[in-house]
Amino acid sequence: MARSTSLLYLDGVSVSFDGFKALNELSLTIAPGEMRAIIGPNGAGKTTMMDVITGKTQPDSGEIYFNGAVDLTGEDEASIAELGIGRKFQKPTVFESHTIWDNLELALKAPRGPFSTLFHVITGAEKKRIEVLLDLIRLGGKRNELAANLSHGQKQWLEIGMLLAQDPKLLLVDEPAAGMTDAETAETAELLKDIAKDHSVVVVEHDMVFVRSLGVKVTVLHEGSVLAEGSLDHVSADERVVEVYLGR
Amino acid sequence: MMSSFLFRAMDARAGIFMAILGAAIVLVPAGNLLVPETSPFHVPTYAVTLMGKYLTYALLALAVDLVWGYCGILSLGHAAFFALGGYAMGMYLMRQIGTRGVYGDPILPDFMVFLNWQELPWYWYGFDMFWFAALMVVLVPGLLAFIFGWFAFRSRVTGVYLSIITQALTYALLLAFFRNDMGFGGNNGLTDFKDLLGFDIQADTTRAGLFAASGLALVVCFLICRALTRSKLGKVLVAVRDAESRTRFLGYRVEHYKLFVWTLSAMMAGIAGALYVPQVGIINPGEFAPANSIEVVIWVAIGGRGTLVGAVIGAVLVNFAKTWFTAALPEIWLFALGGLFVFVTLFLPKGIVGTFSQGWTALRQRKISAAYEAGSDEPPTAPPHSPGAPANVTIPKPSAPVSGAAEPQPAE
Repeated sequence: MARSTSLLYLDGVSVSFDGFKALNELSLTIAPGEMRAIIGPNGAGKTTMMDVITGKTQPDSGEIYFNGAVDLTGEDEASIAELGIGRKFQKPTVFESHTIWDNLELALKAPRGPFSTLFHVITGAEKKRIEVLLDLIRLGGKRNELAANLSHGQKQWLEIGMLLAQDPKLLLVDEPAAGMTDAETAETAELLKDIAKDHSVVVVEHDMVFVRSLGVKVTVLHEGSVLAEGSLDHVSADERVVEVYLGR
Repeated sequence: MMSSFLFRAMDARAGIFMAILGAAIVLVPAGNLLVPETSPFHVPTYAVTLMGKYLTYALLALAVDLVWGYCGILSLGHAAFFALGGYAMGMYLMRQIGTRGVYGDPILPDFMVFLNWQELPWYWYGFDMFWFAALMVVLVPGLLAFIFGWFAFRSRVTGVYLSIITQALTYALLLAFFRNDMGFGGNNGLTDFKDLLGFDIQADTTRAGLFAASGLALVVCFLICRALTRSKLGKVLVAVRDAESRTRFLGYRVEHYKLFVWTLSAMMAGIAGALYVPQVGIINPGEFAPANSIEVVIWVAIGGRGTLVGAVIGAVLVNFAKTWFTAALPEIWLFALGGLFVFVTLFLPKGIVGTFSQGWTALRQRKISAAYEAGSDEPPTAPPHSPGAPANVTIPKPSAPVSGAAEPQPAE
C-alpha cells in the first residue's frame, strides 16, 4: 500500500540495544479503519515496535509516518498521543490513587497544558462521554472507587476505556487478554471488535484463541521483522511460522 | 450523592484548619499586646516570635508537600529557596540600617566597610526599596527553580537522582555564600537589623505584626495549594506521581507540569524565608545546610505526605518538640528526631493526618454498614474518595455482575 493512503506506515525500521537488533528492517502498513493482530514468539520485537511508534524509543534508521504525511520519528510521547495514537500497556497501568471516574476524566480529549487543566471545569458533554465509556467498560457501578481496588481484568478494561476517552485514530493494544479468565478474554475480544468499528486497532497478543476470535488479518513478527502476513489460517499453515513457534 | 458529600466533608476539614489558624492570627498578637503581663493569658513576646518562626517553617513544609506529596518530586534542597528568600529580605533590612551601623556608613553595610569595599556591588542596588526586595523574595528562588527544573525535568531526571542533585544545589549555594567575596556577609551572614518598613524590629508590635503576616501568608498559600491540588491539574500531578509514563502516553507534557509546581513551590519557600529572617534577626549560610532540607522532608512525612494540613501540623509539632528537647535534653534531640522518623515510617506510613483520616474512613465504613444491616438504604460500599485517602484500605466489595471473577494478579 502506498504511504499516502495508509494510517500507519513503517518502512525499514531498525532498533538495536547494545548490538542486539530488536527491530530489523521492519516494514508494516496499517490501513485506515483496519484492525490488525500482531503475534510472534517472545523477543520478536512486538513491544519494541509499540515503543517506536509511540515515541518511547527512537529508531536507529527507517521511517514512520502517521496518517500518510506526519513523520513520527523525533516526536515525543506527548505529541504523538496528541496526534491521535493511544496505547495500552502490557501490564495494566491505571492511576491507582484516582477513582475510575477521575481516570477517565484525565484521559478525556481536552487541552493538555498546565494552565488549561488548572482552570478546567468539567462540562456536561464531558460527563456524558464518561458515562458512555463507563457503560461500555462495565464499571459504571464502581465509578467512585479507587482504581487500586479493581481486579486485574477490570484494570485492563479501565485502561481500554481510558484509551477510548482519548479518542485516538489508532489504538495500540498490548496483550489485552493477559491474566484474564476465559470468560473475560471472550468479552474483551467482543469489546475490541466493537471498538474496531470506528477506530483502527493494532492488537499484540500471545493467546491464539483470542486472536482467532478477533478474526482479522494477522502479522507474524520474528527477530524484529515480518515473517508472514495474512489470515490466521494462512499464517498457521506457513512452515516457517510453525517452526518459529514450536522450535526447530 | 456520596461523592459530593465527601467533598463537602473535605471542605469542612479545610475550614476547621483555617478557623484554627485564623484564631491564632488574632489571639496570639492580642494575648501579647492587649492582655496585661500579670494575667495568665498573657503571651510573652519570645513565644510570639517562636510561634511566628514555626509558621514560616510550616509554610516551607507546605511548599515541600506540594512537590513531594502531590507530584512525587522528593526535594532535598528546598532550604535553598527558603534561604534565598531570606537573603533577599536580609539585604533590605541591611540597607535600612543606614548610619546606625558600627561604622556609620550611609550606604555600605558594616561587613563591606570591614572588607574595605568602596562601593555597593550592583546586585545590592534596589534593595533599599521594600517593594523591590519583596519582588526579589519570590523572583530569585522562582528563577533559580525554573532554570534548575527546566534542565532537570527536560532531561527526565527523576527519583533519587533528582533528590541528590537538589542536595548538591543547596550545598553548592552553602559553599558560595560562605565566601566573603560573594558580598553577602560570608560566614556571619546578615544581621544586626534595626527596622522594617520604619517599624522597630525589636518592638512587641512589630513582632506581633510579623507573626500575623506569617499566619496570613500560610493561609493564602494553603488556599492556593488546595485550589491547585483539587483542580484537574492536581489530578494530573497525582497521575504523574503514580504513573509518570502513563501520563505521558495520555498526551500530558509531564515536564511542564513538574516545572510549574516546582517553581511555584520554590516561590512559597522564598516567602517563608523572607518572613523567617526578621523574626530570628539573622540569616547566614548555615540555612543552606543540606541537613535543613532533609529535616523539612521529615516534618512532612510525620505530618502526612500529600495532605497539605499534615505538612503544617508536622512542621509545628516537630519544631515544638525540638524547642522543648533542645532546652530540656539537648544531647538526645537528634536521636529523638531520628527515632521519630523511624517510628512514623514503620507504624504511621501515611503520617499523622493520613492515619487519622484512614481511621475516620474505616469508622464511617463500619457505621454505614451497621446502618445498612439495620435497614438503611445506603449500601455499605462507599469507597474512600479523597486523593489524600489511603489507597491501602481494603473495602469489602460485592462481586461485579460481569467481570468480578478475576482475582488481582501479580503484575508481569
